[in-house]
This record gives sequence, structure tokens and C-alpha cells, in this order.
Amino acid sequence: MTAVAQRRSLPGFGLTMGLTITWLSLMILIPLAGLFVKTAELSFAEFWSTVTAPRTLHALKISFGLAFAAACVNLVAGLVIVWALVRYRFPGRRIFDAIVDIPFALPTAVAGIALTTLFAQKGWLGAPLAALGIKVAFTPLGIFLAMIFIGIPFVVRTVQPVLLDLDTELEEAAECLGASRWQTIWRVILPSLTPALLTGFALAFARAVGEYGSVIFIAGNLPNVSEIAPLLIVIRLSEFRYADATAIAVVMLIFSFLIIFVLNRIQHWAQSRSLATA
Amino acid sequence: MLRRFFPILAGLLVATAANAADVSLLNVSYDPTRELYADFNKSFAAAYQKDSGNTVTIKQSHGGSGAQARSVIDGLQADVVTLALAYDIDAIANKGLLAKDWQKRLPQNSSPYTSTIVFLVRKGNPKGIKDWDDLLKSGVSVITPNPKTSGGARWNYLAAWGYALKKSGSAEVARDFVGKLYKQVPVLDTGARGSTVTFVERGVGDVLLAWENEAYLAVKEFGADKFEIVAPSVSILAEPPVAVVDTVVDKKGTRATAEAYLKYLYSKDGQEIAARNFYRPRDPEIAKKHEGAFAKVDLFTIDDVFGGWTKAQTEHFADGGVFDKIYKN
Repeated sequence: MTAVAQRRSLPGFGLTMGLTITWLSLMILIPLAGLFVKTAELSFAEFWSTVTAPRTLHALKISFGLAFAAACVNLVAGLVIVWALVRYRFPGRRIFDAIVDIPFALPTAVAGIALTTLFAQKGWLGAPLAALGIKVAFTPLGIFLAMIFIGIPFVVRTVQPVLLDLDTELEEAAECLGASRWQTIWRVILPSLTPALLTGFALAFARAVGEYGSVIFIAGNLPNVSEIAPLLIVIRLSEFRYADATAIAVVMLIFSFLIIFVLNRIQHWAQSRSLATA
Repeated sequence: MLRRFFPILAGLLVATAANAADVSLLNVSYDPTRELYADFNKSFAAAYQKDSGNTVTIKQSHGGSGAQARSVIDGLQADVVTLALAYDIDAIANKGLLAKDWQKRLPQNSSPYTSTIVFLVRKGNPKGIKDWDDLLKSGVSVITPNPKTSGGARWNYLAAWGYALKKSGSAEVARDFVGKLYKQVPVLDTGARGSTVTFVERGVGDVLLAWENEAYLAVKEFGADKFEIVAPSVSILAEPPVAVVDTVVDKKGTRATAEAYLKYLYSKDGQEIAARNFYRPRDPEIAKKHEGAFAKVDLFTIDDVFGGWTKAQTEHFADGGVFDKIYKN
């Protein structure tokens, strides 16, 4: 912590740090603490039986599993989209660039209703798919699609500035030194993008885990089939069982925190590695 | 500037306050009553102004019945609640927001209008659905919301159960029947309106289990050339209850208006509006007048068959209840 001991280059550390802690406490820590306080109404045995009930486990598996899969898809698709948007000039590029943000701006319920209408068995895409024997709406596949939809801008928007800033001289140098096109991509470009890609992945994943509005319409909500964990929380609330609802929420919170923490560590490691090689 | 206008402004305020009070009520209701209360509020406001000289503005709030009850418990300042089932108002009463005997305060279990559960099918009834048994035929896809989140869905479930019980006399058979019925359900929406949208607009399913008023509304809205209503031989008498929320009206000083509002539901005008919105009126005279509009169905009550809401709730819909068991296998 030598940085603190040295004379700071910017003034106001005390004030800004104070504001940061106050604001984070008010907006994030206190509400989250409330969650734990409410859950503490349950004995540990009750808590354990709530969160390990087969239906809860299935809902958690659906939420986390599909969110992870959707984030993986977004990682690849997002990278391709960023690549096209940043490295090529083509007609309508700015429009495509703007379209990427739509899932950010659209109310999630609207997205959900639109996707469900589209993929229902009489919908524009649902009908031809149903003819092929593929059911999308009201199955886990529908949830997966909705999660891809709301996650894609996170990857694109975190990677885009990094790719824009990437020094083309590095690529030229690699080529001058005899690297093939693929070697340049694998050994020069991707390592520099990895931290940003991981951030995008973590954000897309976190968003999909907690997503309610866009998923609820297309999910079908069948217990043990296509029930997402946030719906189970809502169901517990409608049974006036607040503590059971917060118990599931606490489990989601802990899982999400752990996953984001691990991703952060990997990102850190990737960053230091890419700095070392550069 | 402001100082000069202030006395005038203050004078104006005092003058309006002296002439007539403007009362504002919040009616927290469930999904399919949107149209009913939009209609009813207009009529009540006019009648109330004529009687008392006071103007009244009524705000409506709609959503799933259970979620609405929860909002009231959590502090939504509802003067009156008009929910899908007594259990939800009981939950509010259990938190001390209104007297536990609320259901005795107004006639007929505090339910000014009733409804029942009917089937909505596509034009021509392609799957030939006439009664509850037809819902179990293979290839018939049934749309109904999740009883965990929707009050209307609980009526649907209990109607099916009651039918099977009445027919067989055995709870075992009834349970089997309902279990098979839910195997035919491809999607559980969270509310009654959501299920209507799934069936009507998304074209999913062959039959929608619906509130009678919701079914009529769908036919009216989308045309008799698209949908038909099929009344089963036996169904449940759904009694959506209404109540004044004591703690809120006492704090806001709106008790008199809130009570007048609910009483007006029992008046000839109120009953007429209910009938016009496809709710079955309680008033014998108005009921007679609209007799032709409603199908003759053999109706049983929840008290007769299930021993009241609390018992039905714990047996069927609570965690680990029959509904959960249906989805375990």
C-alpha cells in the first residue's frame, strides 16, 4: 500500500472514499443485509431444507446453467459482432452498432412478450420451427434464447473500446516477424481482449441469472421443467413465505458473488499476463 | 409577486375546501376486473356526488390477486381491496390491517357478484370439448395459470377437483383426475390475464380454463367467429370478495366514502354494472333480467366441498400440498 503513503497526485481521497462507502452502503449493502436478516428468521435446518428441495435445486440449475450457456454463446457471438463493427466499414454499420443497445433500452417485459409471440407455436419463427419438431416457447430452449437476447450488448460494449484502442502496430510487428494470420489472432489480439471478454461474459451471465421480465413469458413456468429461480422466489412470496423467498435469494446471491469473484480473479490474471507479454 | 398572490391562493383553497371535499380512494383489485371497475367507478362517482356533494376520484390497481394482497400488506395504501378470493384478504387481516371478521360485514360473504369457471375453445370446438372429462383426452392442450401465483387459477383447480369428486365420490379419483389434467398443461402463466393472452393471441392450446367474465370478454373483444364458450356440467361458485382496509381508511379519514363505495356494489346500479361486465349479480331481480346471458351450470361452493379457503389452501396449494405433489412425479 505504498501508493497511499506517497503524496497523492489527486486531492480529495478522504472525501471521495467517504462518499463511496456511504453510497455503497445505502444503495447496496443495507438492502442486501436486509435479505440476510429476513432469512435469519429460519433455523438452519429450515433454511437447508428450503434451498435443497428438489424443486429449488432444479430452478437454480435452470437459472445458473442456462445463464452460463447463454453467456458462452454471447462471448463468441459478441466477439464476432465487435470484430465486424470495429474492423470493417460497411453500409449500415452505425445502424447495427445502435441495434446492439436495444436489449439494454427495451423494458425486459416487452422483450419477453415480443420473443414469446415470435416463438410461440403459431409465431413467425415458432411455426416453421414447430414443423421441424423444435419447440422453443415454453421450454428451457426459450429461456436460453431470452437470456442470449438480454446478454449480448454486455459483451459487445465491454470489448468494443478495447478493440478500438488496440494498437495495430502490434499486429503489423507480428506479421513482420513472420506470424501467420491465425497466430496473430491467437497470440496477439485475443490475449489483449481476454480481460474485456471476461468482464463482458461476467456481466452477461449475471444479468441472465437474475433476469425475470424477459424470461417469465417464454419460460412456460412448469415446475421441475422450466421454472427459473426468480419465479420460485415470486411464488414463495405469493404464499406469504417471505423468509423462504429470501433464503433462495441468498443462495443466488452467494453463488453469483462467488462466480463473479472467480471471474474477476481470472480477469486479473489475464490482464497481468497480457501486460507481461506485451 | 408570490406574496401578493398568496392570500388569493389561500382564499381559493379554503373556498374549494368549504364547498366540497374531494375524496380519493384506492381500489386494489385483481387482473380480470379492470373493465368492471372502470365502468363502476364512473357510476359511483356520479351517484356519490349527487348524494353527498363530494367529488370522489378512484384509482385502480390491478395484478395477480396474491401479489396485490402482498402489496397491501407491505404498505400500499388501499382503501378497499376487491380480490379474487377470501384467502388473500384473510392474509391481509392476519397482519392486523382489517378486522378478522371482515367477511361478515357485507351481505353474502362480502361477495357482491359471483362468477364461475368455464371453458373457452376455438371456433367450431375442433376437439369436441363438452365437459371436464374431455380435457383429459390425449392431444388436448389445456391453458390455465399457476395456482401458486394466481387466484383465478386456484378456482380452476378446485372446480376440476370438485367435478371429479362429485362424479366419483372419491378423493383418490379426484386427485388422479387433477394430476392428469395438469399433465395436459404446456404453460403456467403467472396470472389469469396472461393465460388469456397465451390462448387468444399466441394461439397456444385447445381450451382455456377461464373466469366466466374473462371468457365473455375475450369473445366480445375478439369476435364470436374465433372463440366459443363451453359451460361444463358442474363448476365452482367463485365468490370474489371485497373489504374496506380499516387501518388505511381510519388514517386517511375515508371510511365513510370507502364503505359507501362497497355498498354501492350491492345497489341496483352496481349489480347492473356487474352483470354488464359478465359477473353474475346477487340481486335476484337483476339476476333474473340477465338470466339468459349466463349458462346454467350446477354450481358448488368452496365451503361445501373443501371446507373453506384456509383448509383448501393448506391442503392443495401450500408448500408440499397436493399441487406440489402433482409436479413431483
